[in-house]
Amino acid sequence: MHTLSTRHLLGIKDLNRQDIELIFETADTFKDVLNRPIKKVPSLRDVTIANIFFENSTRTRLSFELAEKRLSADTINFAASSSSVSKGETLIDTVNNILAMKVDMVVMRHPYAGAGIFLSKHVKAQIVNAGDGAHEHPTQALLDAFSIREKYGDVAGKKVVIVGDILHSRVALSNILCLKQLGAEVMVCGPTTLIPKFIGSLGVKVEHNLVKALNWCDVANMLRIQLERQDIKYFPSLREYTMLYGLNKQILDSLDKEITVMHPGPINRGVEITSDVADSKQSIILDQVENGVAVRMAVLYLLAGQTQ
Amino acid sequence: MLKSTLLDGQKFQITIQRLCRQLIENHNDFANSVIIGIQPRGIYLAKHIAEELQKILPGKSILQGDLDITFFRDDFRRRESPLLPNQTKIDFIVEGKKVILMDDVLWTGRTIRAAMDALLAFGRPEKVELLVLVDRRYSRHLPVAADYIGIEVDSIASQKVVVSWKETDGEDKVTLLSDK
Repeated sequence: MHTLSTRHLLGIKDLNRQDIELIFETADTFKDVLNRPIKKVPSLRDVTIANIFFENSTRTRLSFELAEKRLSADTINFAASSSSVSKGETLIDTVNNILAMKVDMVVMRHPYAGAGIFLSKHVKAQIVNAGDGAHEHPTQALLDAFSIREKYGDVAGKKVVIVGDILHSRVALSNILCLKQLGAEVMVCGPTTLIPKFIGSLGVKVEHNLVKALNWCDVANMLRIQLERQDIKYFPSLREYTMLYGLNKQILDSLDKEITVMHPGPINRGVEITSDVADSKQSIILDQVENGVAVRMAVLYLLAGQTQ
Repeated sequence: MLKSTLLDGQKFQITIQRLCRQLIENHNDFANSVIIGIQPRGIYLAKHIAEELQKILPGKSILQGDLDITFFRDDFRRRESPLLPNQTKIDFIVEGKKVILMDDVLWTGRTIRAAMDALLAFGRPEKVELLVLVDRRYSRHLPVAADYIGIEVDSIASQKVVVSWKETDGEDKVTLLSDK
């Protein structure tokens, strides 16, 4: 049976290896569709999708919206900042009101971990998590792994280091779960204060020296410092962080082999990554964005195609 | 399960050759015509026809592609799980060309309707024709008719028509399967 084992996409945790491979195979064909003169297919023409964003987003929101439109779904967009949420409406009420307008699927980003899981238990629609607090960001992890697969042919056996603010990063957790599921080796690298204490239980290596980590890996995924989630000071200054954990051309050129550089965006140029690295031929940052639309089309297609 | 062979051996080859001659009658040397097989089973018919045409027209280039119609089907969300797509491979321009769509069996006509939609995503052909190896008559759900037909079969809905190919099943053959 060619179907996902889950009705919602709340996190990578709920997916098995077959699910991920099914999403990738489907995304391959959607990537082909996106290179045609007419980039649209009619599959989801009777599906309405609400994009509900309680947190700011550029790439993810545009990417989801484009994926929905390329599949011919009807879409409505909702940003918390300009809504009745500021008047005190609860999450379930907000979503149920949207669903009363005959919406089939909800793509939601929320600042609180578990918001998607909570919603999936209380409303009828299928939920796609577009980032919940510092918990999970499944479609980002899928498109990251898809981009590694595209570059190297396979994810299994590849060594991937995730550098930066692991503690506050939903991208890191989803990436670790997805890459491990596909058989990659994963390492996290960053200052002690930004690495969760028990991260080793996820089966990842921990390294605090950036050059050592980079010499070990095939792929480096550079994360942004999430100042908006940091309630206390985790390191003395951004300048010091950049000196110890920022990736620049000098370090990249000093490595024994040519590694691939990734970044989920938004980039803080000159902090975690310098411009010459971000724009170098070793960087696949814009390929990640391109693949994001195809992967999200695959997820929406596979979920919407399940029997209601 | 009752099996009866409708077409095999030399008769199968003669049918393919006859379809090729009919195509040449209308498309001359294929300078402005292309062949597109519908995934998943129509691509083998398209390959056979293209190979045979190449033998009859040596030195001419016969353009042949594969078209996947999964995303254009009309039964999405009406079956238990979504269908997995196959590869589409069209390495030439369809705009302004005479396109001959090919499929192994024409039954309800729904696949052909989807194929016409899928094809138009690649441009506006001058003309679209349909070639099928087996036409299951009197079973159409849509007003679709083939321009070139290998054999015509009168069958009931519970019966199945299976086309086997040398490259996938070991033998070129058309079989009718019935419950009783």
